[in-house]
Amino acid sequence: MIVRAIGTLILGLMLAGPAVAVEPGEQLADPALEARARELSKDIRCLVCQNQSIDDSNAGLARDLRLILRERITAGDSDDDIREFLVQRYGDFVLLNPPVKAETYVLWYGPVAIGAFGLLAVIVFLRRRPAAQTAKPLSEEELARVDRLVAEIDTGTNEKTS
Amino acid sequence: MGRLLYLLPLVIFGAIAAYFAAPILSGKDPKTLPSAMIDKPAPTQTLPPLVDGKPGIDAAALAGPVKLVNFFASWCVPCRAEHPLLTRYAASGKIRLYGINYKNKKEEALAWLAELGDPYERIGFDLSGRAGIEWGVYGVPETYVVDAKGIIRYRHVGPLTQLVMAETIMPLVEKLEAGGGS
Repeated sequence: MIVRAIGTLILGLMLAGPAVAVEPGEQLADPALEARARELSKDIRCLVCQNQSIDDSNAGLARDLRLILRERITAGDSDDDIREFLVQRYGDFVLLNPPVKAETYVLWYGPVAIGAFGLLAVIVFLRRRPAAQTAKPLSEEELARVDRLVAEIDTGTNEKTS
Repeated sequence: MGRLLYLLPLVIFGAIAAYFAAPILSGKDPKTLPSAMIDKPAPTQTLPPLVDGKPGIDAAALAGPVKLVNFFASWCVPCRAEHPLLTRYAASGKIRLYGINYKNKKEEALAWLAELGDPYERIGFDLSGRAGIEWGVYGVPETYVVDAKGIIRYRHVGPLTQLVMAETIMPLVEKLEAGGGS
């Protein structure tokens, strides 16, 4: 019973979509263009509530940007044209995905570089570990002792079983 | 030498920590965005006048002598705060002040100006906020310094203060004017 209730709850949570700010009046009549607009607006930052996309934000400016974006799509602009239009006015910050260019190399490749550096450090450390940890072969003397001990045990067990 | 190598992680951590700490400790508002429009021509679409008998904003006006373009709205509280300062500077004749009324009902904007006084030489009426987007406005008040060629030279987000006027904007205006501004 309880399991079922929990199951229902989880299913409900999985099916619940994210809240969306796009109002019916803003939408384009052509579903394909509207889908493009939605996809594109997920990548445009709302400049007022700065960690939301304009697709999520209820701010007035986000609404204006959504309208402009749709206006441009209707006018036949490509996605890149529209991004360029916004970047010219608001800078790269308006894109939620920063572009890869000289100023952002550290951002994009920094983590990879740090990871590679760490991996290198681990390899160097493992290779340099003192050789003492690897087993040394037994000396002649030790071998002779082992033989003697084994022989002793063998004779001991033989006496008991026979 | 080999032992010093063990300090390397600490050094790297220190460098990263300093990188992140610097902007926090500098006391700058992290929400203020870098301006993409600096050194670019100001948008030249024609804005109709807000007040009868006072011109709006167009390309010719923006190409005239050095001016401040101030985005304001009656619903904007910080605009009210900076208004006396703008009035004082405009009255002193040291600056040319153009206004763009941003996303405001006409009668509300007019009532606001009637109440507080109208220091603007020209006021463009931007009901839809479209001009604001062209300029890269994301929250009023914003003030731009536009040179005599119609190029944006400086942008201030938020209410102007005496300090910003005296230490940043006025020296820049004087420099631009002295530079012939032609």
